[in-house]
Amino acid sequence: MKIKSKFPWIYIGIITVLTYVPIVLTVVYSFNESKITSVWEGFSLKWYEQLFQDSDLAEALRNSLILAFCSCLMAVLIGTTGALGMRSRKTKTSDVIAYLSLLPLMIPEIILGMVYMAAFSFLQLPFGMLTLVIAHTTFCVPYVFTTVRARLAGMDKSVEEAARDLGASDFRVFWDITLPAIMPAILSGVLLSFAMSFDDVVISIFVTGPTVNTLPIKIYTRMKTGVTPEINALATVLLAVTTGIILLSSLVGRRNKNK
Amino acid sequence: MPNKKKTKKEAAAQKKSNALLLPLYLFTIIFVFAPLVYMIILSFLQKAEIWGVKNVFTLENYRRILEPLYLGTFTESLKLAFLSTAAIILIGYPYGYFMARMSERWKKRMMMLLMIPFWTSALIRLNGWIIVFRSNGVLDKLLMGLHLTDKPLKLLYSYEAVLVGMIYALLPFMILSVYSSAEKMDWSLVEAARDLGAGRVKAFVSVTLKMTLPGLLSGVILTFIPSMGLFFIADLLGGNKVVLVGNVIQEQLTKGRNLPFAAALSVVLMVLTSLIIAFYRRVAHTKELEGMFV
Repeated sequence: MKIKSKFPWIYIGIITVLTYVPIVLTVVYSFNESKITSVWEGFSLKWYEQLFQDSDLAEALRNSLILAFCSCLMAVLIGTTGALGMRSRKTKTSDVIAYLSLLPLMIPEIILGMVYMAAFSFLQLPFGMLTLVIAHTTFCVPYVFTTVRARLAGMDKSVEEAARDLGASDFRVFWDITLPAIMPAILSGVLLSFAMSFDDVVISIFVTGPTVNTLPIKIYTRMKTGVTPEINALATVLLAVTTGIILLSSLVGRRNKNK
Repeated sequence: MPNKKKTKKEAAAQKKSNALLLPLYLFTIIFVFAPLVYMIILSFLQKAEIWGVKNVFTLENYRRILEPLYLGTFTESLKLAFLSTAAIILIGYPYGYFMARMSERWKKRMMMLLMIPFWTSALIRLNGWIIVFRSNGVLDKLLMGLHLTDKPLKLLYSYEAVLVGMIYALLPFMILSVYSSAEKMDWSLVEAARDLGAGRVKAFVSVTLKMTLPGLLSGVILTFIPSMGLFFIADLLGGNKVVLVGNVIQEQLTKGRNLPFAAALSVVLMVLTSLIIAFYRRVAHTKELEGMFV
């Protein structure tokens, strides 16, 4: 069914433009000579110069990347094996565990932050990268687990059974049939996990130590202290990267379709 | 004989799936279940002098929540959550609905336009709103230029700014949930209803709204629950004028160093959100949240 009236287009257009206003302004003001965002004093790249010399932010970025990478890896291992294990089994226990494992997505982040701060200090774990990875893994697992489980549920078992009947070993069946089939689900789970971990500030703030800062924590503390022309420049760089990745993935998707 | 062979095979399969399930079981029990139980226990304990807890049972933490100051933050948070969710429904529902009716080509384009802000850090998007709202900032200039006001309004650090920030941060979740359930809808049902004599409004209410209800409800959950805890939005856009439950918990942990009280606040907040989720399950007849994993 096609839309005939013009109203939906206008409506969607207005809302979309509004959502882009703050983004565009951030980009524009990142090139502003003046330190204050209310005055425009001409084009300048000096905030970018400052940004690229800022070793504090560079270290925070490195921490964030390490953190997101480790949490995703853990989430893939735990989430995928869990989904595979639950495929052939449905018991009360597995239902309960499946429900519990999803909890981190269903309770407000602030509670998770509080809970992990309390639990880690009870366990006397040193606050820092280790605690960050554990806390982030808890909310990354559900993304991988759920997407892979949904994919497995929709999969035709007969191909695997046929391979097995023809003498393929369990490993062969997994490697040649199951894994390629669930790969897109794993990837989309990883993508979501990575984005959520890279973006998280609420939980990280509570479970990090005094020496380890992630990028969102650094951005947050700088924004709290006030004027932030450098953050505008950083925001623009991050936006460019995000946009690039999205464009690239849609191009790849289109090419795969054309094949 | 064949029967026995089968059970042997089954036993082997059982063993294999046990091994596969082990990491998930262990991780979930140690790092999700146990910490949550610990939080509940903590909320009934006494605060130690400086930091930490004394193992003495008390209901003091819960009694303290009933003090007008803290009760006030709960009602304030609920009010803001209701307001922002209502606004998000009004803006997001038609958006997702219209999007689902576009041509495939436009759907893809719109999806990309939605994804860019969605994948961008919430903090960075808030930074843009600070530029808009800042005293003598873009909005002030615009309004003064249009002679709607002659002096800068104090827009940043206000309730309205926090509301806008909340709506902005959470709107994509609603749009995506509504879109994903409207996309799956069989539009011929609407046509059938119209052919059978239902008016536009009636066809919408009895068919479209009903079929997209799961999406709408999961959108509500995905926006309502986070909006109670996003303390940094209230912090950055509201200054200290808007205090939400999230802010109180954060303050109790960092400045007040009162772990048991923060735990009690969290327990109450969690009970509230669980009630909302339980309500969702009952109304939507489903366990999965629609559009949660786009």
